[in-house]
Amino acid sequence: MNFLSLFVGIPVVMMLGLLLAGNLKQIRAVMVAGATALLALAVMLTIMYLGERSAGNTAQMLFRADVLWFAPFNIHYAVGVDGISVVMLLLSAVIVFTGTFASWRMAMQQREYFMWFCLLATGVFGFFISIDLFTMFMFYEIALIPMYLLIGVWGSGRKEYAAMKLTLMLMGGSAFLLVGILGIYFHSAPAGGTYTMNLLEIAQYRIPMEAQRLFFPLTFIGFGVLGALFPFHTWSPDGHASAPTAVSMLHAGVLMKLGGYGCFRVAIYLMPEAAKELSWIFILLTGISVVYGAYSAIVQKDLKYINAYSSVSHCGLVLFAILMLNQTAMTGAVLQMLSHGLMTALFFALIGMIYSRTHTRLITEMGGLMRVIPFLGVGYVIAGLASLGLPGLSGFVAEMTVFVGAFEQADTFHRVMTILAATSIVITAVYILRVIGKLLYGSVVNPAHQQLKDATWDERLAVIGLMLAVAAVGLAPLWISDMISDSMVTVVEQLAK
Amino acid sequence: MESAVLIFVLPMLMFMLLGIGGKYMTHRTAGRLGTLGLTVITVLAYVTAYRYFGAGRSGGVWLPQTVFHLEWLRFTENLQIELGILLDPISVMMLVVITTVSLMVHIYSLGYMKGERGFQRYYAFLSLFTFSMLGLVVATNIFQMYIFWELVGVSSYLLIGFYYTKPAAIAASKKAFIVTRFADLGFLIGILLLSFYTQTFNFTELMSGNVCASASGATFLGGSVIAWALGLIFVGGAGKSAMFPLHIWLPDAMEGPTPVSALIHAATMVVAGVYLVARLFPLYIEAAPELLVGIAIVGAFTSLYAAVVACVQTDIKRVLAFSTISQIGFMMVALGVSGMGGHAGLGYVAGMFHLFTHAMFKALLFLCAGAIIHTIGSNEMSAMGGLRKYMPVTHITFLVACLAISGIPPFSGFFSKDEILTAAFLFSPWMGVLMSGIAGLTAFYMFRLYYNIFWGAEAKREHTPHEAPVSMTAPLLFLAFVTCFAGFIPFGNFVSSDGVEYTIHLDGKVALSSVGLACVAIGIAFRFYRQASVLPAKMATAFGGFYRAALHRFYIDNLYLFITKRIIFAGISQGIAWFDRHVIDGAMNLTATVTQKVAYCIRGLQSGQIQQYAFVFLIGTLLIVVWMVFL
Repeated sequence: MNFLSLFVGIPVVMMLGLLLAGNLKQIRAVMVAGATALLALAVMLTIMYLGERSAGNTAQMLFRADVLWFAPFNIHYAVGVDGISVVMLLLSAVIVFTGTFASWRMAMQQREYFMWFCLLATGVFGFFISIDLFTMFMFYEIALIPMYLLIGVWGSGRKEYAAMKLTLMLMGGSAFLLVGILGIYFHSAPAGGTYTMNLLEIAQYRIPMEAQRLFFPLTFIGFGVLGALFPFHTWSPDGHASAPTAVSMLHAGVLMKLGGYGCFRVAIYLMPEAAKELSWIFILLTGISVVYGAYSAIVQKDLKYINAYSSVSHCGLVLFAILMLNQTAMTGAVLQMLSHGLMTALFFALIGMIYSRTHTRLITEMGGLMRVIPFLGVGYVIAGLASLGLPGLSGFVAEMTVFVGAFEQADTFHRVMTILAATSIVITAVYILRVIGKLLYGSVVNPAHQQLKDATWDERLAVIGLMLAVAAVGLAPLWISDMISDSMVTVVEQLAK
Repeated sequence: MESAVLIFVLPMLMFMLLGIGGKYMTHRTAGRLGTLGLTVITVLAYVTAYRYFGAGRSGGVWLPQTVFHLEWLRFTENLQIELGILLDPISVMMLVVITTVSLMVHIYSLGYMKGERGFQRYYAFLSLFTFSMLGLVVATNIFQMYIFWELVGVSSYLLIGFYYTKPAAIAASKKAFIVTRFADLGFLIGILLLSFYTQTFNFTELMSGNVCASASGATFLGGSVIAWALGLIFVGGAGKSAMFPLHIWLPDAMEGPTPVSALIHAATMVVAGVYLVARLFPLYIEAAPELLVGIAIVGAFTSLYAAVVACVQTDIKRVLAFSTISQIGFMMVALGVSGMGGHAGLGYVAGMFHLFTHAMFKALLFLCAGAIIHTIGSNEMSAMGGLRKYMPVTHITFLVACLAISGIPPFSGFFSKDEILTAAFLFSPWMGVLMSGIAGLTAFYMFRLYYNIFWGAEAKREHTPHEAPVSMTAPLLFLAFVTCFAGFIPFGNFVSSDGVEYTIHLDGKVALSSVGLACVAIGIAFRFYRQASVLPAKMATAFGGFYRAALHRFYIDNLYLFITKRIIFAGISQGIAWFDRHVIDGAMNLTATVTQKVAYCIRGLQSGQIQQYAFVFLIGTLLIVVWMVFL
């Protein structure tokens, strides 16, 4: 076993620890220890990864391990990371860490809550380290199931409906995905050869074009549902609105990234010819997502709905960028995943904190909160500025990379779609400033809000952690962008073959 | 030139320090710290300017120098964003302008903002703005400029909305940000287009002359793509510089604290668009000379429009805001009518010179207005009148600025405006006549303002107005001093279109006619507003419809409101939101409902009753038998 498996191991150990924990204090201790260990592990992995690369290790995937798991179908537990997965692991670790503190004051059944939380983390981390399709799919499912209970039990509002809707839609997506993966598996070697689930091995062999045409859309839609691909995005507003704070953070921050990551790691990387041929359909759909989400967000009244639609728009840009099929745009897509993950987690964290004070999420019922809870207010403004792409924060870096990359496609169709997608930066400004104006500025609407208390230490920790991450990516993006871009070369070569 | 790097870094540090540590400081400490920081930055800027110009020309021209650069983000092999410092005549001039005005505003605000809630935040934002603006002017590449362009936008947003409990301020800040963001979309697409065809962001490489050759083949709708790109970039500049029809945010931006209006919305940020055109000027000349004509026309129209509107506004800050728009129009015209090199390049020199002098006297006007508002507590002219007795320093300095903007010698505005007029006549007599007329209007509305504030009938007041404290009058005196003498700077020696020394000569005919016109305009204003008079009211009735239209800024704002509220919000957004909830989500729910209904219907088949199963089995068997036997 190599140390990458620790990413899966630690959450499992955390679950055991939670089982043994006697009281809330011990539960918290287990969570903090585990989340810190994961964060430390992710940071260590990043350093080791950069070290290996600068030492001249040019292997596509580093720190690989491979254990035969089920011989009849040639299924392996195979792990390995490249720059892209490292970034995703780092993102997940940051969100799990801050999410722990955002759930600090969870009122009921903390043990069970945190256990599902850890299971979710297991799935997410496992997904990002896997290079075997089957393992990947398994972890994907592991990440989805806890969502149902986390929303259904600990959620608010129409939680049963939302949990059911979310789970069914995502499960529908994974049905597509399963067919897609099986399709890939049965075309992963010439007739009579040994079929394989290993991504790298499949990539060596060209899947026949007829099969690609069939299975590319299935895989792309399968993952796309999780990436809020229009018109399969409606689970997102309801799901986010009902989910408890940390679950929203984890879901929008990390889980939705599984979609984008899967789209290019599986769909594009393994089936490049079909990607080139069929990309226009999905460019249309994602282009719609980007603008459509942004326009929908303008008129929403519930903070979580605004953010959910904003996520549809931003995640649409991720898929949009992936479909541009060149190095710069795809690097931008990963940057956008990172950036969106961080800032949307920050948003959901803040919304949860505001909700726990005001017991409403309707912007019409709040106002003037900046004066009452300045820390949360400033945090919200910073998250908003990151979301509308202010230079110096993460959103700008990602969006600009995407647009510069998208402009490399010089034909009219791509140009028009890119400009259309770029208009979202104006619409984003509209809805973000609208919320800030209504929620934070002006005078206090509800007299009861005069007595609100500003953030507690655990909330501050979560917010500051995420703000620092957003600022770090925005201020010094070069190393991250290089790390992603270098790893993107293999995907681009695959496309160029 | 390490000092230049400090200019870049120090304001950022000040911002961090005041932003994070501000709440642990007293107002006094924060204000002094901010002002001290800016004093150091100003000194450094002067040192940089002294060294740059002191080093002299090489080969007869001022060479641009990149004194610092750092790779910030790499998109492709060729396209990368660098953060750097480019020193050339215009960027050095801007360094001086920005730091000077900013320092004056810092000192002034010590008095003006005294006791305001959020004093530390105010100084933090001022530092952020100064940082962004300095980063903008020293940009080595167009993407760096875009980065800081956005940052000045957000600083402006934060400062306009400084009084964030005031609904008007919130609305104004939002409007300013969104309108300029919309324009920046054009800027961004322009940059993307330009960089795609030229494969560089770097100004020096863009100017090197082979850019157009590399993209000569590509055309779009009959124009070369480079021309399209430059046109889109100008849209960005027009947004920031409040050119018609993107000017609507600037008058509303007056909701911010008055020193902020002086710094951002009069002297520095709003001229960023002019600076942008000046920065890319060789490219415009080379790739799209016809676009320059367009810029001149936009500038002239804006200038006329704003001057007319300024004549009827009653809020002194709004008059000044429209005056700013009008004066920026002058600068745009100057650049638009300019050619390259020598006398043909007069417009360029004039535009930059006017930018410089205007920054000083317009900041002065705003700071004077601030002193007045500070003591009167209202922006309306009707609440003023007869203030000269109470506020002698403000009165004199305001008068100096009015004379300067009206183009009366020997004040600085005379020299710069006169050159613009000369350049305009050089371009076309029509343009010259039009701009002279607007200059006359300028003199009229400025003296309308002057007489209404300082002369005329005294409004009833609860307490007697008083002169502002020294912290506020000292900057006024300094800026008035600069306004008196800046006209004598041999500006062409430092800044010219091709970097070669250019000596400015006054054109006697133009000078005489424009001064004459200004005097006539001042005379009319004197007759109308020196003492309470019925003439203005008569004029207003005589021009009824036109007067009302001008008062409502020709309904441009209403048009925008209609488009945003009725069409975009109520139409498109509501429509999409409805579609999403009812059609898309409805389809999902329908699928679920149908599945459920069907399940209810067929669940009877799985009843678990043996008799029923046996019955169905029997019937089925019979049917099969029948089928096999008879068919």
